[in-house]
Amino acid sequence: MRVGVLALQGDVSEHRAALADLGVDSSPVRSVAELDGVDAMVLPGGESTAIAHLLVTSGLLGPLESRLRQGMPAFGTCAGLVLLASSITDGRPDQPALGLLDVTVLRNGYGRQVASFESSSELAGGVRVPTVFIRAPRITEAGDGVEVLATIDVGDGAHPVLVRQGAVLGASFHPELTPDRTVHALFVDLASASRSAVHK
Amino acid sequence: MADLVDERSYGTSNVKRGLADMLRGGVIMDVVTPAQAKVAEDAGAVAVMALERVPADIRRDGGVARMSDPEMIKGIQEVVTIPVMAKARIGHFAEAQILQALRVDYVDESEVLTPADEAHHIDKWAFTVPFVCGATSLGEALRRIGEGACMIRSKGEAGTGNIVEAVRHLRCILGEIRRLTTLGEAERYAAAKDLQAPLALVAEVAMTGKLPVPLFCAGGIATPADAALVRQLGAEAVFVGSGIFKSSDPERMARAIVEATTHFDDADLIAKISTGLGPAMRGDEISTLNERLADRGW
Repeated sequence: MRVGVLALQGDVSEHRAALADLGVDSSPVRSVAELDGVDAMVLPGGESTAIAHLLVTSGLLGPLESRLRQGMPAFGTCAGLVLLASSITDGRPDQPALGLLDVTVLRNGYGRQVASFESSSELAGGVRVPTVFIRAPRITEAGDGVEVLATIDVGDGAHPVLVRQGAVLGASFHPELTPDRTVHALFVDLASASRSAVHK
Repeated sequence: MADLVDERSYGTSNVKRGLADMLRGGVIMDVVTPAQAKVAEDAGAVAVMALERVPADIRRDGGVARMSDPEMIKGIQEVVTIPVMAKARIGHFAEAQILQALRVDYVDESEVLTPADEAHHIDKWAFTVPFVCGATSLGEALRRIGEGACMIRSKGEAGTGNIVEAVRHLRCILGEIRRLTTLGEAERYAAAKDLQAPLALVAEVAMTGKLPVPLFCAGGIATPADAALVRQLGAEAVFVGSGIFKSSDPERMARAIVEATTHFDDADLIAKISTGLGPAMRGDEISTLNERLADRGW
């Protein structure tokens, strides 16, 4: 399995390092030809408006959307989660929402940079993972088909920060910025299981 | 359980350096009005630098250049959703405190403004807001990181539209990093002395072969080709000051520089987007300048 990391802009190298730690091959994706060579995609952190703009100018938006709709496994962190969401609050009117995750996200939903923070969240099974939130999107609604894997409470009630729908995983935080590989391992397992189901 | 609120830490190195990581591969554009900020965001900028005058005008006007009026910074924060940065004078920690109170996303302790302290840069560890600082050499970059800078940019020569100084600074910083990686452990002490940089940071760079924070390019970028040049040299993102809004068609120039920064190694594509762009900013030969801004700071 080869995992592509969308490399238009953002923290591409951290995701590739995390995948390498797990023994998974990855390659950067900036063109349609590069997209054709991968089996799963990571949409990294970055500025979602800039990445969305570059998806259009590079001609990748249509082909990426079509691969994702055909069931390609995907993992989006922060800006990547915004791109995968079905609805974006406070985004630009022309910002694409690919709709692979039935969630509504509020961009910069925890505030500007001075309100960015580190914390930790517990996954099912009791494993705690470190969480780094940077001008993070906040998941304000999740549909029935969405499994909530982790939540956080910043004083106004627990809400999702890590969600899954089929073979698509989304995090409002940045697991790639910490040495903990739990969340990336979760994605690699999802992607491998999805591939072997397809090949059966 | 419901009343248990998760613990949070603010302003950590992970959070401050992390925002710089998110800007990698992108373009940060100088803007002086909300309308320009919209043009920048529409063109795919990853952040804007809010200031009253672009460096070319500061250079032309002379006088003391200070932090921008909070009113104009707020006006820009209101119209864009991307990060908004602003400049404080070198050593002027009170200006930086004000910028933090305004909740700007990054503070640029910048040689483009008139320095406020001839000996001390700002103690950047004391802030929740992250800082970017300029550097002309590895020693200067590591001194700034030692003071808490979370992003380093080349100084270049701001407002000239001339890339030669930024190229010199990038080649110097990256060349010195490569040299450090070839030293034996016992040779790092003398290297730290020569670089006038903290030993721990020198050792870290020697082991990893890169700065502990992202390295961006600033100063003199005026065309898509300039952006491609510095990205191929090793800059992880670019700041464009006067180069966009002093060009003949700012909207097109902004889009073209954004594309060239992402697809920096695709010459066919950059040839296409460079075609018919219209004149870039006029620019200055470095030897004709009365004052070198890059000499400010140490």
